[in-house]
Amino acid sequence: MSVAVEVRNLKKMYDGGHVHAVDGVDISTEEGEYLVLLGPSGCGKTTLLRTIAGLEQPTEGEVLIGGSVVNGLPPRVRKVAMVFQSYALYPHKTVRANIEFPLKAEQMDKAERAPKAHWAAELLGIDHLLDRKPRQLSGGERQRVALARALVRDPQVFLLDEPLSNLDAKLRASARDELRRFQERLGTTTIYVTHDQAEAMGLGDRIAVMDHGKVRQLGHPVEVYDDPADTFVATFIGSPPMNLVPHDGTLVGFRPEHLLPVETVTGERVTTPFHIERIEYLSGDRHVYGTVTAFGEDTRAIARLPATIPVPLEAGEKHEFGIAVNRVRFFDADSGQRTGPIRLDSHHG
Amino acid sequence: MAEAAIDESPRTARAIARTRLADRDGFLAWIFLVPTVVYVIALVAVPFFLAIAFAFSDVTSGDPSYDWAGLTNFRRVFNDAVFWQSLQNTFVFTIVSMLLIVVLGKVLANILVADFRGKWIVRFLALLPWTTPVALSTVTWLWLLHSIYSPIDWVLRNLGLIGDNVYWLGRPTTAMISIIAVHVWRLVPLAAVIIMVGILSIPNDINEAARIDGAGFWRRMFEITIPLTSPLIAVSALFGAIFTFTDIAVVQVLTGGKPGNSTHVLASWSYIRGIGGGDIGQGAVIALFLFPLLLAAAVLILRAVRRMETI
Amino acid sequence: MATVTSAVPEPEAAERLRRYYARRHVYGRIGVYGAAIFAALACAGPFVWSTITGTKLNADLYDAQNNPFFYNQPPTLDHVAYLFTSTAFPTFAWNTLWVGLVVVVITLVLGVPAAYSIARLNRPWSGPMGIAIFFVYLVPPSLLFLSLSRIVVWLGLQDSTWSLVVIYPTITVPVSTWLLIGFLKALPRDIEEQAMVDGYSRMGAFLRTVVPLLFPGIVAVVVFAFTLTASEFIYALSFVSPTSEKVVSTGIPTELIRGDVFFWQSLQASNVLIAVPIAFVFNLFLARFISGFTMGAVKG
Repeated sequence: MSVAVEVRNLKKMYDGGHVHAVDGVDISTEEGEYLVLLGPSGCGKTTLLRTIAGLEQPTEGEVLIGGSVVNGLPPRVRKVAMVFQSYALYPHKTVRANIEFPLKAEQMDKAERAPKAHWAAELLGIDHLLDRKPRQLSGGERQRVALARALVRDPQVFLLDEPLSNLDAKLRASARDELRRFQERLGTTTIYVTHDQAEAMGLGDRIAVMDHGKVRQLGHPVEVYDDPADTFVATFIGSPPMNLVPHDGTLVGFRPEHLLPVETVTGERVTTPFHIERIEYLSGDRHVYGTVTAFGEDTRAIARLPATIPVPLEAGEKHEFGIAVNRVRFFDADSGQRTGPIRLDSHHG
Repeated sequence: MAEAAIDESPRTARAIARTRLADRDGFLAWIFLVPTVVYVIALVAVPFFLAIAFAFSDVTSGDPSYDWAGLTNFRRVFNDAVFWQSLQNTFVFTIVSMLLIVVLGKVLANILVADFRGKWIVRFLALLPWTTPVALSTVTWLWLLHSIYSPIDWVLRNLGLIGDNVYWLGRPTTAMISIIAVHVWRLVPLAAVIIMVGILSIPNDINEAARIDGAGFWRRMFEITIPLTSPLIAVSALFGAIFTFTDIAVVQVLTGGKPGNSTHVLASWSYIRGIGGGDIGQGAVIALFLFPLLLAAAVLILRAVRRMETI
Repeated sequence: MATVTSAVPEPEAAERLRRYYARRHVYGRIGVYGAAIFAALACAGPFVWSTITGTKLNADLYDAQNNPFFYNQPPTLDHVAYLFTSTAFPTFAWNTLWVGLVVVVITLVLGVPAAYSIARLNRPWSGPMGIAIFFVYLVPPSLLFLSLSRIVVWLGLQDSTWSLVVIYPTITVPVSTWLLIGFLKALPRDIEEQAMVDGYSRMGAFLRTVVPLLFPGIVAVVVFAFTLTASEFIYALSFVSPTSEKVVSTGIPTELIRGDVFFWQSLQASNVLIAVPIAFVFNLFLARFISGFTMGAVKG
């Protein structure tokens, strides 16, 4: 069973209104959706999650779960489950007792609790660890225990607060994949907080990019990447970030992977000389650092050339680069918002 | 050789020697520690063994020469009913006080960690009994329990609960109750602070996870807070037991052992015999009875601390 | 009763629930404030009442029918004035003050290097020594006072306040060292290592970086050690009997008395005058004591 979560004009202020942790957020999820809140640290994403969970009360606005306003209700009535960044396992309880704890709080019979806990543990492949204490577990195992504890009582909403950030890089990729398959199987509405764009891109049905307590853009991963709503989203997502070239009050934006040697760009294109300063080889790709001199002011930019482009390049030389016209985005230099296209004088020769 | 390169002029040589000494961690470690160790040995370890030696001697403040007296002092102490009374009082005093102190300390700690306006002033007031020199706060209680002007009796009288004053310190049972009450009142703030430290050291996430998992206030208290703070509370309670077991101030100021000698504890009886009566040998014997319990408590503390480290 | 699969409540039910929890929240707040006020009264009540008593007229105080919690006759400061002009209270206060200060200095001179040695110089015996220091604190004065009273006689310090100066560090040094070990463990090692790389000796690094950085901890130790000496009772009682050499903790209970009649008002006034400043200063440093004790316990 799955319900939608909605927040309306949510504000959360601290220090008597001086700090706006969440500053007027409107988001609603679909039923069973996987929504990712993405943003730099301090952008308010965790506060938003905690407000949905009921750990914080909003200063203004409403939180709705399954269509009813849950403001003022404590977490336990909201039927949400949460996985904390630290996993927050009860250190004095065994894995079994950890998983059973939410059931115990619901005053479920002992006889009913055991099979449920076992079911959850089996689902996550930790049924052989049931009698251990948390300190005897590895990071990945702890994460699974936290998940098992979250799902054991069939919550209506999963709230995950950076659950992968305590895992090492190798484990993180497999855990991410697992989380996704898991959610697909359970079909429970999930809100996932992260500052890691790779996680966000890989997991989310939709991504809400947040900054300074506001949602900058809410959309599918492709949308957020290809059509960023403003310069914040454009530079926060993508690694290396989108290049922005100032041009008469407008910023001309293009992603590094679209800035390519002109001989490999087919179709309608704009071109610029690129003064190459440095080349890095990163897992087969070439990251080329240099300065573009067309499109506006001379600006440092990065080009990312996949291994499939063998054009020889060298630091110090000048090479003609091009961008497919439909890949260029425009932003207002003052507000940072997307604007309509302007005419770029392509460089010829 | 390396020495050949060193400038041999006397000043630098001395400077280098000094520098070398000041750089040798092993040397510094000793120099830094020795004064404290010497001091502690001279004025804690030596008197400790001296106390044992005195127990087997006839030393009095009038005749301080040491003569071996064997078990004479022990025999005299054991034949004295006051000693057995004070031994019993010491245990009653310690056990009852510690139970009350831990329970009330937990309650006060819960109040002090709660979020409310004016917390600072409440904390300040709550700590007064502990930070005030014990002899002074006990004097205040002397007056609160006064035979004629006790305000406690005044309240009870005006509520019609008692006809005449209780005369708290005039009867053995009420005097003992008073001693325990004052001691509890004095140490609850300390217990509360320690328990508060324990509560605050539990990561916030754990409490919040329990709230999300549906646990209410009492379940969180009994299934999360108390189990997680219990090692700390156990250790502190053992410390508290040691201080209570060996405390003298409350008894000495509040009753001085009166009425009769019915409210003495070992420490105060040892004082009366050893300093008041000048019979240092006997006083030392009585004080020595503090030692086995201290040892037991110390062993328990070590064990609890070791267990704490494995959690 | 909640069941596992119960849905989030319907809007009307949610509204009812919300009102229920809002009410509970209000009761909870009332409960918290009630408990806080009760706790404050239970702990500080005797002092409030001391203050009232200390400023009462004799005729008001010594009438068993009068309400002891209010002034039945106008208040007076006569007894407070009497305390300062006609009793030995100023002597006691002065003795407590200078004994406390000298003991604090001794404590620091012994304790700071000892703590540094145990916390930082990484000898194999550092750990056991730390525990040993702590256990010295457990050896109670009531076990030692008899033999120490003889030692005081041998030192020729009986009936002199100096005896307390010599003996009190047995109480303050162990606990202060423990506290300082805690503070030292909280200081980053990098800074003194940087000083050593920059050309200072270990000793120089200790004096130039550790001691200044430790200063807040040292201040806390000063307060703590002073409070301990001001509160000490049994040694002061056993070693010193002349009025002029007594400290507050023995002088006030034994000397503010004529025959067997206590100067109750002056006595109560003096208690408040001593208790409030100590508690005030102590509160300022409470957080630091706590962190010192807990840091010392963390194995480093």
